[in-house]
Amino acid sequence: LRKQAKFGIGIGIIVVSMGFLAWLGYGESKTYYHTIAELQTLQGSARAHRLRVAGTVEPGTIRRMSGRVDFVLDGEGKSLPVSYVGNDPLPDTFVDKSQALVEGSLARNGNFVAERVQAKCASKYEAAPNAGPGSQAGTNTSRSTM
Amino acid sequence: VDVFGSFALLLAFLCAAYAFVGGIAAIRTRHPLLVKSARQAGIAACGLIFVSTFSLVYLFFSDSYWVAYVVAHSNRDLSTFYKIAALWSGQEGSLLFWSFLLAIYVISVLLVYRNKNGELMPYVGVVLAGVQIFFLTLNNFVASPFKVLASPGANGVMNIFTRADGNGLNPLLQYPEMVIHPPNLYSGYTGFTIPFAFALGALLAKYPGEKWIHLTRKWTMIAWCFQTMGILLGAHWAYAVLGWGGYWGWDPVENASLLPWLTGTAFLHSVMMQEKRGMMKVWNVWLVFTTFMLCILGTLLTRSGVVSSVHAFAQSSIGTWFVGFLALIFLVCLTAYIRNRDYLKSENQLDSMISRESSFLFNNLILLVSCVAVLSGTLFPVFSEWFSKSRISVGAPFFNKVNIPIGLLLLFLTGVGPLLAWRKTSVESLKRNFAGPLIAGLVAGAAALAFGLREFYAVVCLTLCTFVASTIGLEFFRGARVIRARSGASFFASAVDLTMRNTRRYGGYIVHMGMVLIFVGLAGAAFNKDAQKEMDRGSTLRIGRYDLLLQGFDTKHEKNYDSERMIVEVLRDNKPLMMLYPERRFFPSNEQSGTMVAIYSTLREDLYVVYAGQSPDTQMPVIHAYLNPLVKWIWLGGLVVVLGTIVTLLPNRRAVLAFAAVPQRVPSSPLVGTLAPSATLREGHD
Repeated sequence: LRKQAKFGIGIGIIVVSMGFLAWLGYGESKTYYHTIAELQTLQGSARAHRLRVAGTVEPGTIRRMSGRVDFVLDGEGKSLPVSYVGNDPLPDTFVDKSQALVEGSLARNGNFVAERVQAKCASKYEAAPNAGPGSQAGTNTSRSTM
Repeated sequence: VDVFGSFALLLAFLCAAYAFVGGIAAIRTRHPLLVKSARQAGIAACGLIFVSTFSLVYLFFSDSYWVAYVVAHSNRDLSTFYKIAALWSGQEGSLLFWSFLLAIYVISVLLVYRNKNGELMPYVGVVLAGVQIFFLTLNNFVASPFKVLASPGANGVMNIFTRADGNGLNPLLQYPEMVIHPPNLYSGYTGFTIPFAFALGALLAKYPGEKWIHLTRKWTMIAWCFQTMGILLGAHWAYAVLGWGGYWGWDPVENASLLPWLTGTAFLHSVMMQEKRGMMKVWNVWLVFTTFMLCILGTLLTRSGVVSSVHAFAQSSIGTWFVGFLALIFLVCLTAYIRNRDYLKSENQLDSMISRESSFLFNNLILLVSCVAVLSGTLFPVFSEWFSKSRISVGAPFFNKVNIPIGLLLLFLTGVGPLLAWRKTSVESLKRNFAGPLIAGLVAGAAALAFGLREFYAVVCLTLCTFVASTIGLEFFRGARVIRARSGASFFASAVDLTMRNTRRYGGYIVHMGMVLIFVGLAGAAFNKDAQKEMDRGSTLRIGRYDLLLQGFDTKHEKNYDSERMIVEVLRDNKPLMMLYPERRFFPSNEQSGTMVAIYSTLREDLYVVYAGQSPDTQMPVIHAYLNPLVKWIWLGGLVVVLGTIVTLLPNRRAVLAFAAVPQRVPSSPLVGTLAPSATLREGHD
């Protein structure tokens, strides 16, 4: 039985330490998904979370400036002004009327400050969920931290 | 042809259904004719799936723009090469392609074992037919690729109409890797169906002993090899096409391909415990069940977009089918296990902490922990919605925090495990096998620190890589030395001879060596750099020891796209080196643009240059350059892994020397004596 106990302890140490690391990583990167309508009803600490919002890019609202890109996302009849401040170029699929997913946080004035943007062309939805793995990574601005 | 193809698909469904029902009847009645007819129905189903798939390919080649799927994924100017890739570029086609690849495996299994293992094969055939029925149901009734374009005409009659041209293939997919990456990955996904079918079949049949493991070992290796290649090719595609400078982003679809790889790798190792020591039987059966379920889950994640939030607002109905199928598989496996679990009693127990068994145990444990972490991270949005009403996702930091230490632990076990003896390892042999490599590893780590590397994980990784590579090198060296002493052949020839005598053992070492190279490449990511600049003709951007000098532009009109290229001269240490042409392409057929990255790749580092479009203020072109050290090692490592896997699949060469006057193992010979523990010359499996 002592042998079994030894193995038990070894397994326990690994599982617990990995669990601890996972918990750290979770705290660092957890992101809340909300719709545009929900954003406006968020209260208190929920406004400080890291957020993800999806919507459609309102035609004619994309304004490219140096170091940032402003645009408006529409969804469920509401709209949300977004400033993209990330370093990476916006994906090729990011155009008027494309479906976009932005990740970042809310500024005090209610605008959304995005660090990452993923986009998909609305007109081409059928062509989109295609091809094997990786195709969705195809359209984002994130950088792996590996 | 579209009618022909869909008719073949329907017939295939009926044949598979017969193979399933007939197979069950055959098992019940044990009537030889029924067994035979069920098998032949299975073969016929596969043949019909081939016919149907080739029909769809024909529709692409003949530009048949009355078939909805062809319209959506092809156009007249698309090159022949990519018209093949168009087959699996959408939902319906890739599901048919799944059936197609599965049919290749199924027909091979049915033919190879048609006169063997008579007790087991009917069960295996039934399980395979069951899986085929599911996919053929989708192909026929849920997502048929042969739907035609039709509009309701007068008096309610549907009129078929033809479009002049198709919408074209997504530009991201018009890249050579996209022609070979999905088939590889899908071959991996489908390939795990075979060990699954044998495991479940053996459990249902209470088939004696470890025979199913011997039978499926090669099939599992093949599936594993395809899966590995598929993942690496996908990573390479992401790296070379997407233009974000990385190859892995912990995207749900990427994770989906990694999950069955993790459990599959665990399975490949833990079956050895069952082969050698009759342990872990329950564990192995469940590992292979899990691997197959993760393959189905992977297909589900890829196809339905349950998780990726970009798709959250356009979920496809196909997901429900997959979830139902997963639940069904789980129920079948659980029932089979509960009813026949007595047959899986373990014959031995763990003896010592420092033994081959325990290294396998920990290998399995951490692979599983990694799998659970990746799975829960990937499905976190779904779970969090169930439990807390808010949809929470986790990102790269979560995955990296857990998986980097796990990867390093695995790397350590890769070096240690194969050299530990079964049951218990003596201190003596530990010293003999590990003293040298350990010193080599520590020296490498110290050298890295001395050269100013301060990334903790990267230094640990380098130390371990050196350690593992030395243990593997030492094994080859010792074995080859013995052979050389007797045959007098060159060292290289002796090493090859050694490998061919025990392909499984030494092929395994080669695979491990490939993994070491991959880890070297991954560690390089800790030192990535990038720089971005608005460029005028004649201006330069400096990154690392390179200068990028913009010389000009040109434009080109190709058949399927227009391209605009930057002409960039690269200088290294102020000396002219080469020209690079980062490119942007515009595809008129679907009004999308794509980026072509220019990469100068060396063993030391990749210079990765992206034409990032025009600056909004000044209308000047922007160049984004990355310097990624050691990336090439990953792709090289992948090649070595594939090579090693092929070696393990080769039959062992009989030891020719066995017929010589000198017996193979002379106990008094000091050389052979020292080698006995590492079993260099032992024949057969190890």
